[in-house]
Amino acid sequence: MFQILNDYSSQLFEGFQITLLSSLIALVFSLILGVLLAIFQISGKKSLAIIANIYVEFFRNIPLLVVAMFFYVVVPLYGLPLSGFVSGTLGLILYTAAFIADTVRTGILAVPNGQMEAARSTGLTFIEAMRHVVLPQAFKIVIPPLGNQFISLIKNSSILALVAGFDLMYQGDIIASETFNVFDTYLLIGLIYLVLTLPMSYLMRYLEKRWATN
Amino acid sequence: MRKLSKIGLCFFSWTILALLTACGEKGLGEDDILAYVQNTSRITWGVKADTPLFGVLDIETRQIQGFEIDLAKAITEEILGEEGVAEFVEVSSKTRVPLLKNGNIDAILATMTITEPRREIVDFSDVYFEAGQSLLVHKDSGITSIEDLDENSVVMTAKGSSSVANIRAIIPNITVLELENFSESFIALKAGQGDAVTTDNSVLYGLASQDSDYIVLDETFTNEPYGIAVNKGQENFVEAINEALETLQANGVYDELYDKWIGSIMSNNR
Repeated sequence: MFQILNDYSSQLFEGFQITLLSSLIALVFSLILGVLLAIFQISGKKSLAIIANIYVEFFRNIPLLVVAMFFYVVVPLYGLPLSGFVSGTLGLILYTAAFIADTVRTGILAVPNGQMEAARSTGLTFIEAMRHVVLPQAFKIVIPPLGNQFISLIKNSSILALVAGFDLMYQGDIIASETFNVFDTYLLIGLIYLVLTLPMSYLMRYLEKRWATN
Repeated sequence: MRKLSKIGLCFFSWTILALLTACGEKGLGEDDILAYVQNTSRITWGVKADTPLFGVLDIETRQIQGFEIDLAKAITEEILGEEGVAEFVEVSSKTRVPLLKNGNIDAILATMTITEPRREIVDFSDVYFEAGQSLLVHKDSGITSIEDLDENSVVMTAKGSSSVANIRAIIPNITVLELENFSESFIALKAGQGDAVTTDNSVLYGLASQDSDYIVLDETFTNEPYGIAVNKGQENFVEAINEALETLQANGVYDELYDKWIGSIMSNNR
């Protein structure tokens, strides 16, 4: 295993960087998109809620691989060439956003109605009340489930391997087929994924503790 | 108490890791495979199911069909006699060696080129097919030779295929996208993800036969002798396979199968 780490360090490092980059981009954008969708769902505006519901039900119920493949081999046929990295990351954003939307929506609903009513009665608009009163409380509630989504996201980024995205899993496949040592290779790849996901676990736990006492 | 449990956890995880590693090092296949297949009267072959002409899954009959399938059946009959059963397990370039090593299949008959690095891992039979690496391109692409590709070109192939090293030997910094199998490489080519699919011409002819907009270059830039791979140290089994191949070549069965699957298509495409 250390032999592989030594011989293929540059490929592994490249894969690590790409997995990290793809995960970070997807994390930021899926969080933004997910929160927006959640707000749409509970906004009380029927048209917005319907759009958001269709989105969530659609992306939550189809495999991530289908979404990524769609961007990789179907979209280019209509004149928009997307690389493996871009199609994989886009798929990851759209897919994860559906789950985040649902998580955040339940978090918002868990904040007692009185909070919103009180905020509105002091003259705040719906958006202001959301931003300053409801969302800060909702986020405290959703930190643990949101952490799960982020960890899933990092692991799901291995989808890039199937669209030639040069990520960690892709490099693992290549190394395994060159060395024929599948056991050590995939064990090593698994351990490197842990390097990415464990800090995420601890970060979420830390945030949970800090925000809960605040 | 807390400290103790931490030490315990540490110890536990190391034990698991050590156990797993031990499993990995102990190879299967120390038994004599030839004796085993003669006992059970069946040989399990690792074959391609996504490679037209050589081994492809017919959706209507749910059977894998192709040159290598028929060859495997003929060899099975030579080794085990009339009642011998040939079983087929679908493999890809990526999975075939691991599946052989862990004993899921007895032999690989899956467009596998005999190479020196592979000889250190598996034993090969005599050559049963001579292929050469080439390019599959769109007929209007303007690519007529490997010379038309340069460092900015993008070629696609399947993970685990020896084609990557071969094309890098000619154009060192060319971008190679490695996909799960050759069908997906072809789909990616159609989507414009690259300029060409590269692998053995035998495989490319099969892909090109599905879409008349794509052609295989006549030129080949490597020699790819295909061999049947068995686990290291199975001399008896290799010998039995070689004897069977010899018999089939002498009695005309091999030529019959070759003409049935490959002969006509190769000349049609040229």
